[in-house]
Amino acid sequence: MKCQHCEKPATFHITDLTGDSGPQIMHLCEQHARSFLSSDKSTGAAASVSGALAKSLNLETAKEELAELDQKECPVCGITFYEFRNTGRLGCSYDYEYFQSDLEPLLTNIHDNTKHVGKRPARASALADSQANLIQLRREMESAIGEEDYERAGKVRDQLRDLETQLSQVAAEQTTGQMVADPEDLQQTGDSQKTGEASRAANSPQSSDDDGPAGSET
Amino acid sequence: MNTTFDPASLAGQTGNWLRGTGAESDIVISSRIRLARNLADFPFIRRCTEEDRVNLQRTVVQRIEKIAGWQNDYLVDLDSLSEVDRLFLVERQLISRELADGDGARAVTIDPEERHSVMINEEDHLRIQVMRSGLDLDSAWQTISRLDDQLEQAILYAYHPHYGYLTACPTNVGTGLRVSVMLHLPGLVITRQIDKVFRSMRRINVTVRGLYGEGSQYTGDFYQVSNQVTLGRSEDELVQLVGNNVVPRIIEYERKARSFLIEKGSQDLLDDVSRAMGILTMAKKITSEETMHYLSKVRMGINLGLVDDVEIATINKLFIHTQPAHLQKIHGGTMATADRNVRRADYLQQHLGYSV
Repeated sequence: MKCQHCEKPATFHITDLTGDSGPQIMHLCEQHARSFLSSDKSTGAAASVSGALAKSLNLETAKEELAELDQKECPVCGITFYEFRNTGRLGCSYDYEYFQSDLEPLLTNIHDNTKHVGKRPARASALADSQANLIQLRREMESAIGEEDYERAGKVRDQLRDLETQLSQVAAEQTTGQMVADPEDLQQTGDSQKTGEASRAANSPQSSDDDGPAGSET
Repeated sequence: MNTTFDPASLAGQTGNWLRGTGAESDIVISSRIRLARNLADFPFIRRCTEEDRVNLQRTVVQRIEKIAGWQNDYLVDLDSLSEVDRLFLVERQLISRELADGDGARAVTIDPEERHSVMINEEDHLRIQVMRSGLDLDSAWQTISRLDDQLEQAILYAYHPHYGYLTACPTNVGTGLRVSVMLHLPGLVITRQIDKVFRSMRRINVTVRGLYGEGSQYTGDFYQVSNQVTLGRSEDELVQLVGNNVVPRIIEYERKARSFLIEKGSQDLLDDVSRAMGILTMAKKITSEETMHYLSKVRMGINLGLVDDVEIATINKLFIHTQPAHLQKIHGGTMATADRNVRRADYLQQHLGYSV
C-alpha cells in the first residue's frame, strides 16, 4: 500500500478518531506519519480551520460576498482573508481585530465560545490597536535600517520602547497594579506625551481602513 | 545560557519524562502541557521576514538569559544544527517535527533535566512545553504557569482582553493551552473496546489520536488524549477535564480489560507476548516500526506479569534509543537504513539480556 501523500510505501496506519464523521484511517509513509504525529494540530490546523470555515461560510456567505471577503487585506501585516482561509494561519495579532466579524463564527465553530476565561498576563499590551502600532513601528525601524538612516531608526526604536513601556503600565494598572519591566530592555527614553501622539498618529490610517474591504485594498 | 548542547552525551540517557515512573505509569507513558505565546511587537511567523525572525530570536534569547534560574538551560540554534541532531531532539520530544523541518532562524531552550523546553519561531513565536513521566498534569501546569509568568515579565505578549492570548492559528487562541497525555492501551485494543471508549469521549471536547491503527501490519497500542478547545475554558478546567475526568476513565477501562484478559488466562495473549520477546531478542535486522510494535507487546507483558525479567524503564528507554537519530548518535556515526536495522537488532539484544 502506498502513502496517501506520496509514492513511498505506507508503513504507518493511523486511525484518527477526532473527525466529525467518525474514525478515519490514514495510510502514511514514515515521513508523513511523523509530521502528522508530531504536529499537535493532528489533521492539520489548516484542515480543521478550513473545515470549520467552510461550515460557517457556506451557511452565511454568498459566493460574491466570499470573493469580496477573500480580497480583504490586513493593513498591518498585509495578509488577505484568502491566504488565511488557505493556510489556517493569521499574519499578526491585529488580524483578530481587523477580521473580527469574519473570525467570530469560526471561533464559535471551533471552541463553542468567543470569550477568553482564565489566565491573564500581569502586563500586556491591552489594546489591539497598540499592538498594531508596535508592529508598524518595528517595520519602520527595519526599513530605516535598510536605508541606512540610523538617526531615524534610533528615533523609531525609542518610540517602540516608549510604547512598550507605556502599554505595560496601562495593563498593569488595569490588572494587578504591579509593573515588572526589564530595566534595560524597557528603559524610559521619552516622555509619554510624545509617545501618545505617535501612537494616535499611527492609529488613524488603520481605523479608516477598518471601514471596509474597499479601503484596505489601497 | 549553555550553548554547548551535545546530543552524543545525552544519547545514552533518557529524558526525565520517560523514566517510567509517576502515577499510573503502567498505562500513562507521559503527561505534557504546552502554551502558545506570541510577542506583541512582531507579526506572526507567517508574515515575519527572515530579518524579523533573527531579531525575534535574538530579543527572546537576550531576555530569557536574564531570568533567574534559566542560566543553565541549553540554548540550541536549530538553523546551524545537522539534520540528524534535529531529529534527535524530535525523538526526545524536545522540539516538534515542524520546528526541525523548518527553515531560517529558530531555536529551542532546554532545561538540563529535559523536563521543559521553549521553542522559538515555531508556528507561534514561543511554544513553551513541560513534560512529566506518568500522569502528573497538576505539577506540569504549576511549572508551566510559573515559566510563563517569568517569560511574561521579560517579554510583552500579544494579548487581547476578549480573545486572550493571540495565536497564529485560531484553534489555539485564548489560553494557548494544549494538555496531552500519552497512554498505552493494549488491553482495550485486544478486547476491541478502544473505538467504543473513544467514541464516547468525542462529545466532551477531547481529541484522541491513535499512533497506529487497526487493520495495519503493526497494530498499535499508543494513544494521545488532549483537549480540543482552548477558548472559553480556563486552564484549570482544561487540565481537570483531561487529567481528572477523561484519563482516569480510560485508565479504569484499560485495567478492566487487562483483568479480563488475565482471568481468561488467554494462551493467545501469552503467545503474542512471547513471540514479541522472541523477535526482539533473536532478529538480526529490524525496522523501527516493528521494534515499536513488539516493544509495546512486551511492555504489556510486563504489566500483566507475563514477563518478569525486564523493567518498564528499560522498555521505555528502548522506545527512544532504537529510533533512527538516537541509534546513530549512540553508534557514533551516520548509518544507512539497512545498517541501522542490523544495529537496532543488535542493540535490542544487548539490552534485553539475550546477547548472542
